Amino acid sequence: MDPVGALALRMGDNALILGHRVSEWCGHAPVLEEDIALANIALDLIGQAQLWLGLAGEVDGRSADELAFLRDTWDFRCLLLVEQPNGDFGRTVMRQFLFDAWHVEMLRGMCGSSEPRVSEIAQKAVREVEYHLERSSAQVIALGDGTEESHARMQAALEWLWPWAGEALAADPVDVALAEAGIAPAVEDLRPGWEATLRAVLGEATLTIPESDFAHRGGKDGKRHSEALGHLLTQMQWLQRAYPGAEW
Amino acid sequence: MYAQMIKSEGGKSREEMSPEEAAFQDRIDAGETIEPQDWMPEGYRKTLIRQIGQHAHSEIVGQLPEGNWVTRAPTLERKAILLAKVQDEAGHGLYLYCAAETLGISRDDMTEQLLSGRMKYSSIFNYPTLSWADIGAVGWLVDGAAIMNQVPLQRTSYGPYSRAMIRICKEESFHQRQGFDIMMKMAKGTEAQRRMAQDALDRFWYPSLMMFGPSDAESVHSAQNMAWRIKINGNDELRQKFVDQTVPQAEFLGLKVPDEHLKWNEEKGGYDFSEPDWEEFFAVLKGAGPESAERMKARRDAWDDGQWVRDAMTAHAEKKSARREAAE
Repeated sequence: MDPVGALALRMGDNALILGHRVSEWCGHAPVLEEDIALANIALDLIGQAQLWLGLAGEVDGRSADELAFLRDTWDFRCLLLVEQPNGDFGRTVMRQFLFDAWHVEMLRGMCGSSEPRVSEIAQKAVREVEYHLERSSAQVIALGDGTEESHARMQAALEWLWPWAGEALAADPVDVALAEAGIAPAVEDLRPGWEATLRAVLGEATLTIPESDFAHRGGKDGKRHSEALGHLLTQMQWLQRAYPGAEW
Repeated sequence: MYAQMIKSEGGKSREEMSPEEAAFQDRIDAGETIEPQDWMPEGYRKTLIRQIGQHAHSEIVGQLPEGNWVTRAPTLERKAILLAKVQDEAGHGLYLYCAAETLGISRDDMTEQLLSGRMKYSSIFNYPTLSWADIGAVGWLVDGAAIMNQVPLQRTSYGPYSRAMIRICKEESFHQRQGFDIMMKMAKGTEAQRRMAQDALDRFWYPSLMMFGPSDAESVHSAQNMAWRIKINGNDELRQKFVDQTVPQAEFLGLKVPDEHLKWNEEKGGYDFSEPDWEEFFAVLKGAGPESAERMKARRDAWDDGQWVRDAMTAHAEKKSARREAAE
């Protein structure tokens, strides 16, 4: 596949699937301000998904909507992390933080992409994602430091999500080809920034980073998604699948 | 507006009023705005808390029937528009809670009263959203009915409420256009889509008419609330206006309003139409709506499941300020 298309699909699917997960909170958040903030983040991500999937579609001749609503799990290229179910609010916050910490490094690296269509989207998205990271960091710190219960929940969330977090930082042949072409940053160049963010934020949150460096793989190359993705697509794609060809 | 059957606490004649009460009524009659620091009769304060609180709760509970379709929206654009709309509603809830707080009640107290059933929210949100066309119908009919009530309330006597209404109205008219846009797509779409559109109108028509509340003849509190300018128009007057505005829109869409008695009345320059089933309305207000139990459960679960988060945020803020003080 064309490397720009492959990259756009990965970035677009991450934004689409995480945006969908966050939107599942709509009307159910712990406090009204959170309902508003979560909707904002979901909106940013869905907006980014439209841009990235639009670019991916330019390459293979399908619209962003066709890519979002008419592919099956094996054609999705999102990280396993973003497809994980929301769990409690703490897990949602931790998933967002682990993703944001990688996302921001990736987008910053892509701002200087050799491919102008990529750098243009990255420059727009990075401003939003810097804010997402600022917010998720503050929340991880508050909930980690807050009460005994919240500390225990956040530590549990970190441990639960940890095996899903490492995939983003493990280079595969697509990542290598993209870095060689100067389209995206090299994955190993993202690690120092990502680790520094984790150490600073999780340290202030009084949380312990798990020692294991085991990471599940199979999301970004589509070889083995988790079961959760199929259920998400069942809901997200239902109308388009049930009434093919209709305009909405 | 989402306030129905607001029980009034006043009802005094001019002769029964104290000098303060009479002076207050004079200010209202002169079109002045009452601000939080101004003297006001206890009845005015209590009635407003009830009305603004009910409106705020309606915005919050109102997130649920629409949120029901956020994860099933058919295109990325529709999903973004719907999310933005539901987010606006949460924002309306926030302004309104803030307006009510200026009257001396906390948001937590109001939430507690909603969850214990002592405060109400609009009957309309106890009905289910069963197809994508319902999202169109909610925007077109429910927001349409709400705007009918809210536009005059921009001139209500209580300053913070009036200012909240001005902001809210701007966003609501945008929502209504979005709802109508969905209905147009559906009504001009495939046979299945047209069926969804007609079904949505069939189910939402009478519940929308109920949003204005029972006939003025039966609304014992209307007169006092109108004297205080916290209610501007009569229920029947607004309902008539809504029907007159909506019927031609339904015709434009090629949909049939589910009322065999609907007929243009040349003499009054408006439509004659059937009343909704008021027994159903009172039953829904008491909690017997098709989704009433589900809506309250969703709100209670959100509140209970979020307790640890709110506790942790408070504990963290306290620790932070203690650390700051210790460092100084």
